[in-house]
Amino acid sequence: MNETALPPIPAPSVETKPYWDGLAAHRLMIQACAECGKLRHYPRPVCDACFSLAVRWQELSGQGTVHSWTVTHHAFHPGFRDALPYTLVTVDLAEGVRLNAQWRGADPALRLGLAVRIGFEAGAGGFTLPVVLPD
Amino acid sequence: MSLRAKGAITGIGETAYLRGTERSALSLQMEAALAAIADAGISPRDIDGIIPYALGAVAEDFITNFAIPDLRFSAVTPMGGASAVAAIQAASAAIAAGICQHVLVTLGRTGYSGGRIGLRVAQMPQFRTITEFEMPLGAIGPAQLYAPMARRHMEMFGTTSRDFGEIAVATRAHAARNPRATMKKPITLEDHAASRMIADPLRLFDCSLESDGGTAFVVSAADRARDMPHPAVIVRGIAEGHPDSPSAITQRPDMTRLGIAKAAPRAFAMADMTPADIQVAEIYDCFTYIVLCQIEDLGFCAKGEGGGFVRDGAIGPGGRLPVNTHGGLLSQAHMAGMNHVVELVRQLRGDAGDAQVAGAMRGLVTGYGDMGDGSVAIMERAG
Repeated sequence: MNETALPPIPAPSVETKPYWDGLAAHRLMIQACAECGKLRHYPRPVCDACFSLAVRWQELSGQGTVHSWTVTHHAFHPGFRDALPYTLVTVDLAEGVRLNAQWRGADPALRLGLAVRIGFEAGAGGFTLPVVLPD
Repeated sequence: MSLRAKGAITGIGETAYLRGTERSALSLQMEAALAAIADAGISPRDIDGIIPYALGAVAEDFITNFAIPDLRFSAVTPMGGASAVAAIQAASAAIAAGICQHVLVTLGRTGYSGGRIGLRVAQMPQFRTITEFEMPLGAIGPAQLYAPMARRHMEMFGTTSRDFGEIAVATRAHAARNPRATMKKPITLEDHAASRMIADPLRLFDCSLESDGGTAFVVSAADRARDMPHPAVIVRGIAEGHPDSPSAITQRPDMTRLGIAKAAPRAFAMADMTPADIQVAEIYDCFTYIVLCQIEDLGFCAKGEGGGFVRDGAIGPGGRLPVNTHGGLLSQAHMAGMNHVVELVRQLRGDAGDAQVAGAMRGLVTGYGDMGDGSVAIMERAG
């Protein structure tokens, strides 16, 4: 695989690194407010409920339901040409925030509310990516 | 103070819209700007405010090229496809405050010959969240990022791909009447259904073009517009709106509601009009679904009823609400909605040729951009 055929690789910042470190350990670590406890994703500096800058990280169950999805048939990036077609699922996680990830179910009979769970898979550049599995 | 009737669109300009050019985006932008200024019957040196599109030329380029002696106002409205109409609000505010009298709004791009969209968005700061968290998963292009909104709408409300097809077909029928449109060959619902899948549920004919060209318009003080060459097209209502979770559709509480849902009630109240007063609508159409969603968010019908609204040619030529009479981004050219503003002005001047909506005196134009920003202007020809 030449360099131009690699999928885009995340560039974690000091604020987002715990999420990626969690995935590498096969744990779904999501940011929460250390003051009021509100979960938030994607990671950011301020709690939108109480405006606290204090952060903690919380491991989620990985259980959730389908909020929406799309099946990609066109290669928007050469790094995904060989993966076509692939399905991206938006998951309502049980604890509240949403996660986007590729579907790994054998039968793509998706519907709103379908129970799913988050898994982990090696991705490009040494990163671990979340995937969506049938529950 | 309200911005109602403080500004008027007094000049419009376009280059030819192409798929393939060796010219620079800056040159295309200057050509369109000069055409708009000439259309307004003023000199380039009369421009005292500039709002260029956020990517490309800067105000200094115009001072340099036109030898503008005293530029008093410059700004950018970085809202992607919502920028052009949002610029009308910024221009109206600057005019109402007495800062300036003639604000040039311009765009030039080589969207076909230069960098294509999937690679462009990764470089935009408002996309940095998506760049880190969704692009590595394979969600790269706007079609992929927006498709879950369309799928959710279909599952919630029974909207179908055929409804999206109605929008593609009607838009092409309008384009067939516009000599400036890139794609003029009529299409059918069957052609739409047979077009290749891009990001399900969005097919090729649900997606807009990538184009090379330039577009510009001049917003002038409304009290000056009456003395200018064309019938004054007055900005009666103007607003921008930002959706919840503006940088990540994935996290948006209601995926079927765009920023324009917040802007539309403000714009209609300012204009003292309702959707029933609108005779022609130029609605930002990067994808067919985005038109359908905006029709609902603007209040032309209730949420979930957009599919029924667009059926049976209702937004095509001669329909109850002609939409995108120039052919839009789907069939004329992708000029980030600048061409929608130009077309509404043509319609209200009565200069739209074969695409003219008979007797059009009041219309609206929208913008939609980035991950859901919205803007809307309601305009009326001075009586």
